[in-house]
Amino acid sequence: MSAASATAKSRSGPGRPSHKGGAPSGHGARPGRRRREFTTRRGLLIAAFMAPAAVFVAVFTYYPMIAGSQMAFRNWKLTDLTDTSWVGWKNFHEVFADPAWGTVLANSALWVVGSIVPQLVIGFALALWLRRRFRFRGLYQALVFFPWAISGFLIGILFRWLFNSEFGVVNDLLQKAGLIDQPIAWLAEPDKAMIAVLVANTWYGVTFFAIMILAALQSIPDELYEAAALDGAGKVRTLLQITIPYIRTTLALTVLLRVIWIFNFPDLIFGMTGGGPNNETQIVTTWMIRITQQGDYGQASAIGLLVVAGLLVFATFFLMATREKREVKP
Amino acid sequence: MIGKETATGRTVRFTFLGLWLVFTVFPLYWITVTSLKAPGDIFRFPIAYWPEHFSLENYTDLFSKADFGVYLTNSLVVATVAGAVATTISMLSAYVLARFEFRTKSALLMAALVTQMIPSFIALGPLYLLMTDLRLVDNRLGLVLVYIAVCIPFCTVMLRGFFENIPDALEEAAMIDGLSRFGALFRVLLPVMRPGIVAAFIFNFVNCWNELFLSVTLMNSDANKTVPTALNGFISSFNIDWGSMSAAAVLTILPTMVLFAFASRHIVQGLTSGAVKG
Repeated sequence: MSAASATAKSRSGPGRPSHKGGAPSGHGARPGRRRREFTTRRGLLIAAFMAPAAVFVAVFTYYPMIAGSQMAFRNWKLTDLTDTSWVGWKNFHEVFADPAWGTVLANSALWVVGSIVPQLVIGFALALWLRRRFRFRGLYQALVFFPWAISGFLIGILFRWLFNSEFGVVNDLLQKAGLIDQPIAWLAEPDKAMIAVLVANTWYGVTFFAIMILAALQSIPDELYEAAALDGAGKVRTLLQITIPYIRTTLALTVLLRVIWIFNFPDLIFGMTGGGPNNETQIVTTWMIRITQQGDYGQASAIGLLVVAGLLVFATFFLMATREKREVKP
Repeated sequence: MIGKETATGRTVRFTFLGLWLVFTVFPLYWITVTSLKAPGDIFRFPIAYWPEHFSLENYTDLFSKADFGVYLTNSLVVATVAGAVATTISMLSAYVLARFEFRTKSALLMAALVTQMIPSFIALGPLYLLMTDLRLVDNRLGLVLVYIAVCIPFCTVMLRGFFENIPDALEEAAMIDGLSRFGALFRVLLPVMRPGIVAAFIFNFVNCWNELFLSVTLMNSDANKTVPTALNGFISSFNIDWGSMSAAAVLTILPTMVLFAFASRHIVQGLTSGAVKG
């Protein structure tokens, strides 16, 4: 509804102020004048209420983002601010020329896929098993949802201690269980460090999937299950042919959201390994932060633009998925 | 509702749920147990799963040997002020976005969505330069301003949902009874929304309390560091003192867990107990 139609609506109902407008009606002024005054007051209210939020976000979020994007095409190093000349695509060439970049990209892919799959599977199972009421279910939910309140950085630190090579409890438990003979230097060995950060991220991320999927499961009408039971469908068939198709859109959206979010999630790795050993757990965003901290704002901005471009591709998928949702829902 | 459950199904279910509970709680248990051991006992074999000697030395060290009290105060002040201001500002924008139709509305909502897709640390460099120009580097006010901007978009969307859950009829009735639009907003709408507002504030507070990269970039001096910035200093040193580290972790995690437990109750309350049920 446009501003004009809101005004029209309030004029059509004298004596009963519309909730969409703001000015009290019935002053006896001519309709034309009243309408202008009314629209102005309404516009002023909207502008006044929106202004603080808009100013803050524009100055501290959008301005650095937009101003920063031109740095990607300049020689912008904190170490030497005398020469900030335009260098074209040089920063991008440097990003791609870095021997670590290939590793960083591969690690990012592994980080996203290796986090999403266990989070989705365990989150789904947890939601299925939490659907049925049991005593202390509320308490159980509160306990298993606790990781959600902790910052990624602290979770990294927590698991850094658990996976400590000498005094870490993970090695101790594995040795007690007879699964390993010697302690493993989890965070120092190339192929072990990624496993460790993925375990930590699974610990953290299952909750989100469980919450989203549980909410979706609870929206499935009982009649569907009753009908399936009457038709003699077994558990597996019910799951595959009723439950999963019904919550398909939620699943797709949750996965897409999480892909973006996990890709953009350097905190945990930053606290746990700092990207080490030898860049084995370095992902695109930890890499970008490292380069920012080294003072090469030009190259960091170039990576930032690459990240945004990649996210745009994903946002397209995201919007396509939401469109499907609109069509499915009656 | 979901059909009968067999005895085997029940066993499998509770086994799984039990295992997951242990897996979830164990790291938290472990960091707490570590923090309560005497400092020397942390690095002793065999690894003890229950402290032999309970000690608060790791905690007292934090305040005597490190300036943890200063960091806690900084975090508390910054998160409280930024959380409260962001909630207030978002209340206004959320109200307008929930109750009015105007041309730029969808563009504004899109602008809020974009900030949720693009991480706040993407423009650390340019932000640092901006804050240098504003003379707000290594300044708690500067960090507060940045945090407010970070909190606003999600907080607005969240509060807009709460506003939309309250039927228009409530305000209309208040306005027929002679209240102005502002009167209706402040004396009728906001009191009904209080649980939602509290939940929004808690979300903001926890996010600011936990934030790392912006504060690491903007705060240099020891007197201005927040807790995550200080912890980043702890883990950057060659030999991590896990005694102090675990105590610091417990002190950082505890408030957010309490607040979250509190907030989730308020959110449920906010969603289910509106003054008028639709």
